[in-house]
Amino acid sequence: MRYLYYPGCSPKTSNKAYDLSARAVGQALGCELVELEDWNCCGATAYMSVRELSAFVIASRNLALAEQRGGGDMVTVCSACLTVLNKAHRYMAESPDLRKTIGEALAVVGLEYHNGSRARHFLDILVNEVGLETIADRAVNSLAGLRVAPYYGCQMSRPYGDFDDQEFPTSMDCLFTRLGADVVTFPLKAHCCGGMLMSTNEEIALRLVQDLLACATEYGAQVMATVCPLCHINLEAYQDKVNAYFGSHYALPIVYFTQLVGVALGLSKKELGLGMELVPTQEVFASYKLAA
Amino acid sequence: MAAREMTQNDLSQLGEVFLQHVQNIPGGEKIKLCIQCGTCSGSCPTSYAMDYTPREIIASLRAGQLDKVLMSNTVWLCASCYHCTVRCPSGIKLTDIMYELKRLGIEYGLYVQGGTTPTLSTTFLDIVNRYGRGFEAELLARLYLRTNPLKLLDLAPLGLKLLRHGRLPLRPERIKAAQDLARMLQYVQESEVT
Repeated sequence: MRYLYYPGCSPKTSNKAYDLSARAVGQALGCELVELEDWNCCGATAYMSVRELSAFVIASRNLALAEQRGGGDMVTVCSACLTVLNKAHRYMAESPDLRKTIGEALAVVGLEYHNGSRARHFLDILVNEVGLETIADRAVNSLAGLRVAPYYGCQMSRPYGDFDDQEFPTSMDCLFTRLGADVVTFPLKAHCCGGMLMSTNEEIALRLVQDLLACATEYGAQVMATVCPLCHINLEAYQDKVNAYFGSHYALPIVYFTQLVGVALGLSKKELGLGMELVPTQEVFASYKLAA
Repeated sequence: MAAREMTQNDLSQLGEVFLQHVQNIPGGEKIKLCIQCGTCSGSCPTSYAMDYTPREIIASLRAGQLDKVLMSNTVWLCASCYHCTVRCPSGIKLTDIMYELKRLGIEYGLYVQGGTTPTLSTTFLDIVNRYGRGFEAELLARLYLRTNPLKLLDLAPLGLKLLRHGRLPLRPERIKAAQDLARMLQYVQESEVT
């Protein structure tokens, strides 16, 4: 299997381990991720807050490039990219006016888009295309005894819910259960982490993150798995700030779901970007045999 | 973007312009079907901190007082979690409406001046237009220099930690086709004006 891959800005920079581990897991499972050449930022939530048409135009340049390269599904590891790209895709399908204006803008630089490509989350690809059995067959480490809280956040399945439930997603629960892990009950698994509010209304975002950490800890999680780079930063990089603000002592390791799959597959720490995290993971992963 | 004086005429047009824009969103006309049940407000993770809750936004529109909502903290506390959108029994795309209100506020200069979120959004747009990619170090530096320089000191320890872990590039990534992006954006901006 080969997929066009749209990494998104954040996994190329502050969440580099997500990009590394996604590529490594893809390769180990015979599902190669080929980076879309010269992709641009999807616009995230901020661009859409200032200009609508321009936001759709920059998002659709990526869809048009993907279509030019053969089209079909383009894989992303970022929930925000997923939602923004698919919103552009859907709204163009639903609104002839929008399609016309964006088509004209794309034509200025010799691009076309005929709704022939869309974005899919890498979790969707692993669970529904590669399949749990294939992944389990290739696993060399059982995750037995590891208490994992799968955190889905918002935009992986909201608003569209293309591959999982909008209120109570379960893809990661199934994936990690199949790999032997002890998936903990986590009622807040699709609640909001605060997103960009961490930079603008810190107190509100810290409170949301604290709720998530408290809930996961209360249900006995040793590690939390994420599917979105922004959630990851809020939960991981700001964990110290949560502690300072609330006088708490959380030290909950936060890993990208791809890192956890990679550990089950026995990939090396380097391939999985382990060591780049701010909340140490050595202890939770100590007993697993990983490639040198 | 600087605020400009709102005339009475501007204000009375505001609701109309808003409705027009919202109806351009696919499914946007459903805003008329609001039954004021409050599911949106109850589902919102930040409504507790909002001056007006999501339900009250539609009530204020009906009362012709949209400017009050725009001048409050309400729309800029929306984190785009889409809980309201997926739960609304009338199928109203509240999150898209929040985006429209943010844009309208910026267009009319109707937002709390010095507010951090509008500054973040406009700075983000500027960076993406220039490089074709996001650039977190510049985004946060410019945001806090303009809104709260002391915050830079507060965040310095985190910045250093990320830097040490190879997670805070100090130079932007640029796309090769930055010119293409600029030409496309120029085209839509001109077509929006006409």
